[in-house]
Amino acid sequence: MGLIKDTFHNLQELRNSASLANKVFIQRDYSEGTTCKFQTKFPSELENRIERTLFEDTVKTLNNFYAEAEKIGGHSYLEGCLACVTAYLIFLCMETRYEKVLKKIAKYIQEQNEKIYAPRGLLITDPIERGMRVIEISIYEDRGSSGSSSGSSSVSGSTAR
Amino acid sequence: MNSRDYQQIDPQALPTPAHSPLPHPADRRQEPRTPRRKWEVFPGKNRFFCDGRIMMARGCGVFPLTVGLILVTSTLFFIFDCPFLVKHLTRCIPAIGGVLFVFVLITLFQTSFTDPGILPRATPDEAADVERQIDDTGNTSYRPPPRTKEVLINQQVIKLKYCFTCKMFRPPRTSHCSLCDNCVERFDHHCPWVGNCVGKRNYRFFYTFIVSLSFLTAFIFGCVTTHLALRAQGGKGLVFALQESPVELAICFFSVWSILGLSGFHTYLVASNLTTNEDIKGSWSGKSGDGVTNPYSQKNIFINCCSVLCAPMPPSLIDRRGFLPPNESAQTSDADIEPPRLNHKNEMNVVGASLHLVLIVTLTNLK
Repeated sequence: MGLIKDTFHNLQELRNSASLANKVFIQRDYSEGTTCKFQTKFPSELENRIERTLFEDTVKTLNNFYAEAEKIGGHSYLEGCLACVTAYLIFLCMETRYEKVLKKIAKYIQEQNEKIYAPRGLLITDPIERGMRVIEISIYEDRGSSGSSSGSSSVSGSTAR
Repeated sequence: MNSRDYQQIDPQALPTPAHSPLPHPADRRQEPRTPRRKWEVFPGKNRFFCDGRIMMARGCGVFPLTVGLILVTSTLFFIFDCPFLVKHLTRCIPAIGGVLFVFVLITLFQTSFTDPGILPRATPDEAADVERQIDDTGNTSYRPPPRTKEVLINQQVIKLKYCFTCKMFRPPRTSHCSLCDNCVERFDHHCPWVGNCVGKRNYRFFYTFIVSLSFLTAFIFGCVTTHLALRAQGGKGLVFALQESPVELAICFFSVWSILGLSGFHTYLVASNLTTNEDIKGSWSGKSGDGVTNPYSQKNIFINCCSVLCAPMPPSLIDRRGFLPPNESAQTSDADIEPPRLNHKNEMNVVGASLHLVLIVTLTNLK
């Protein structure tokens, strides 16, 4: 708990000394239908900020979580049939599997923010806060550096952190 | 709705970065001004009850009529037919009737009061990002993007339309309901009988409702007919017996055919993983070109049924009972102060007419 508090203070300091420069939106990948999956294409704005492999790992893990939540198999048939028989009243009492996975996702994103993204001046917003349409990554610029306008983070010449 | 334990840090929620601690939901409640919940500033045309727990379309449609018809018919059944049938047939009749009646009401309320799968509108940053992407000559100008974007789904080209109200490209199978002014995922239709849209999250409730309602109306119709037949045999003749329960008989007779027809139509839709919207528009019927098949269908009736009815229940994407960040509480949505739609009645007639058309088509196909 103490570690989390310290990390929150670190993120706090990040915000104290940094200002929001830009936001990158990772869009959905619909190639396999309407299941929730995000594109793993590396956005150019993050070129100097984070290693490609780290970013791709994060997105792939998130995609795996969503695939697990939406998987149709023995467990979901059982849940569906039981729900039907009880006139779907069990949804009011029980936490569904999807909600359990969403909690895991929230914890994972928080972990990633603390360990990987915040030290690089980035912050991931949980897709559920954006209607599962996009993964929003906020890019922070150090206030100490020369005032940069919001569109310039991808241009070469900016010093890497 | 279960309360979320997300500890998501919202950078825009901090009023004074240097001195304020991380905002915690408990702190927000201790502020002198009561923080507002998100449902209070929801931009769509919906009505919320029980502090955001229950939601319906703004115009309830004929939902009170639906509830009224079910209650009246069932009450008449229990009062007039059950005593006679218990005496002459079996005690199971009111039991079966009671179970069906409760089942129908519960599924009706679930359909009407659940979020159908509304997509929240794009944040200003997202909207700006979409509008900016289109112009790649190097100038950052902001203008509405082209209306459609093409994606490949299971090797088939699908056009995604841009929604000017919600400021986003609609995901596949999503449609904007003009009555509710929301984009709804896997939009089936807006049903005036339940007073809500039918979409991804409440389709299974809707299907269970119409199937159980067909069983209930068929059951009541059968019981009433048996009752009349037994009475007519008893001595006084059919006409006299008919006079005793005309209302029930009339309601049941007309309902049985329409509800059975609707159930049959929706069973066909479930088995082929189609929505009413797609079926009416003929999106996959091959009219526009050859080789156009439904890319979402698994080509197997059983798997289609399971994926539509037994898939994991998706979460509600509009956080109705969440609290607004302090700096957003001052904003009021347009919907709060908008006057009621003047052509609401005309639209209801259109929807009612299209439902009627669907029934006619179904009944023609059933023959």
